[in-house]
Amino acid sequence: MKLLIKGGRVIDPSQGLDEEKDVLIEKGKVAALLPPGEKVSGAKDLDAWGGWIVPGLIDMHVHLREPGEEYKETIASGASAAVAGGITAVACMANTKSANDNASTTDYILEQAKTAKKARVYPVGALSAKLEGEGLAELGDLVGHGCVAISDDGRPVHNPLLMRRAMEYCLALDVPILDHAEVLELSAGGCMHEGEVSTELGLTGIPEAAESAMVARDIILAELTGAPLHIQHVSTAGSVRLIREAKSRGVKVTAETCPHYLALDHEAIRQYGPDFKMNPPLRTKDDQDELIRALADGTIDALASDHAPHSLVEKEVEFDLAANGIVGLETILPVTLELVIKGKITPSRWVELLSVNPARILGLKSGTLAEGAVADVTIIDPEQEWTIDKNKFYSKGKNTPFHGREVKGRATAVIIDGKVVKP
Amino acid sequence: MALKIKSLLDMDGLDREDITTILDTAESLKGISKRPIKKVPTLRGRTQVNLFFESSTRTKTSFELAGKRLSADVVNFSSSGSSLSKGESLLDTVKNIQAMGPDIMVIRHGSSGAPHMISRMVPTPLINAGDGSHSHPTQALLDMFSVREKIGRLEGLKVVIVGDIANSRVARSNIRGFATMGSEVWVCGPPTLMPPAIEKLGAKKSFDMDEVIKDADIVMMLRVQLERGSGTRFPSLREYSMRYGMNMDRLKSTPPNAVIMHPGPVNRGVELSPDVADGPRSIILDQVENGVAVRMALLYLLCGGANETSD
Repeated sequence: MKLLIKGGRVIDPSQGLDEEKDVLIEKGKVAALLPPGEKVSGAKDLDAWGGWIVPGLIDMHVHLREPGEEYKETIASGASAAVAGGITAVACMANTKSANDNASTTDYILEQAKTAKKARVYPVGALSAKLEGEGLAELGDLVGHGCVAISDDGRPVHNPLLMRRAMEYCLALDVPILDHAEVLELSAGGCMHEGEVSTELGLTGIPEAAESAMVARDIILAELTGAPLHIQHVSTAGSVRLIREAKSRGVKVTAETCPHYLALDHEAIRQYGPDFKMNPPLRTKDDQDELIRALADGTIDALASDHAPHSLVEKEVEFDLAANGIVGLETILPVTLELVIKGKITPSRWVELLSVNPARILGLKSGTLAEGAVADVTIIDPEQEWTIDKNKFYSKGKNTPFHGREVKGRATAVIIDGKVVKP
Repeated sequence: MALKIKSLLDMDGLDREDITTILDTAESLKGISKRPIKKVPTLRGRTQVNLFFESSTRTKTSFELAGKRLSADVVNFSSSGSSLSKGESLLDTVKNIQAMGPDIMVIRHGSSGAPHMISRMVPTPLINAGDGSHSHPTQALLDMFSVREKIGRLEGLKVVIVGDIANSRVARSNIRGFATMGSEVWVCGPPTLMPPAIEKLGAKKSFDMDEVIKDADIVMMLRVQLERGSGTRFPSLREYSMRYGMNMDRLKSTPPNAVIMHPGPVNRGVELSPDVADGPRSIILDQVENGVAVRMALLYLLCGGANETSD
């Protein structure tokens, strides 16, 4: 069965393409990119209505909560939320209860994802058993069963020797380590960025250095071992400077940041709203400006949501007691598209950040619309204006700081493996 | 005579006019506590619920006496431990109390911002009796009242607050309050107990107590958390006391009319030596006495009493 996506602008930086083309899909693959309007016999038409046709968006940092906390999210509900948000694939972190630190849990995740038939789900395996930071998890077995990366995300790897060994071990497995960079002693008790707002609100702060000090350590270890290191949820200008400098020397380091660090800053916490609480915390306007520069100049490689669903039980409580994290799968597209609208990054760079680079970092075959590539495609109407409404989320988590935000740009169709998928 | 605010959540919402109204009202109500029959019918039929989620002796007693002297029906609800450990959330607790129809709620909570969260959920007027390290507006108001009573003005005074500024709600509220009233506020303590950008709240900063108290009108000593000693905040209580404690020697270096204050409870011999605490320059017990009057004023002004002065 053939599918012809027509009437759109193909933006695919993997092949330096940004022009009007029709995309022919056959047997789950991109069969051809055709001049606009060319007839293809036997193909079903899918009209892009003048929108963007891009390689399927990939959110390389999400928490799907299953197994163990299905009341917050399931693999099925999370994968639906992804499709609703225009995301064709997600990488889910290992800090479920119990953790994805063993191959049978990996198998379970993949099985649930297969049954759900929504977005692709790529498991990330734990770095240490039970995420306890003591000894290595069975990394080889995890990767053998389908984990695409290794991470204790949610917690830093406190022990520098364990981090060194994990990096070395991963050299043989050809997967990156995704690094939650945080010095716990420096962030202890903190629930927002340490600065003038935390002082005013009487909340314990998390200094910038709690993140950047660990970024520095892990860059040094990546240099020592030669292993690929990916810094997660970069939130500070200090981290950006370290990553930029390391990249300039050829260290194999990549980095992501999240929509909330770009759209919000610590001033947003003045009303003590738990939906503005996450780790790392919202930083300053200066950090925000530096992150945006880093997205434009190539220092930061990817945008990821750090989708972290919680229920009201964890969130409708005192600010300092509320759980960290916000949902993001259904808002990452329009919130990051604001950077394109403001002219901070080009549409092509945006596609790199949300598709091409995440695929490259995780070693996935998607992230391109080159002929013969797997047919994961997102079609976007960049002009559609809408208001974010948490009550309409497919995710079970309604913990968003963006409820009521007026945004522009929305996915109109998601194609995975050559088939149109609905949330 | 009514306030612009409906609830007292912190000092941010109080302008000079509102503060003056509160202090003037407290002044007129103070005499009630000196009568043989310490009770007026002003809030008869009104229900005041004191919700204390953090232990407190003087503040709770003070609010209870304030309500009773105005003839309000005062109910105390105390609970220690976080909502999570207790099994019922803070909001559930407050909604249950709300369902019983109180006219005003007084809330103390260990989490900064807890009263703000509650105020979004219930319509009843609230008085914040201390939230985390954030705010303790009734303490600041009684401190300002005590200074005004003692010195006769607030404008132009040099107020030095010494101690654990980082973790002090008393410091934050007093900086705001005294600065609003035109005082020059200084904070002093070791850098490890000084939060970032404290100047933005309206205070100047010093690490040198001897220097900063030389020309002070008011020296307000804060309680030091004993468990913070011999940690990373400061080396020992002994050294803390040497560098930032108020004692007779230091008192002599202050101007002769300078006043010593403390929000209590005092760690005698740590931040304040007993001879200073009990000496003639200390107005610590006046602060406690005035606390009742200031809280009476707030209950009266926020609980509808002010709207019925005509009858």
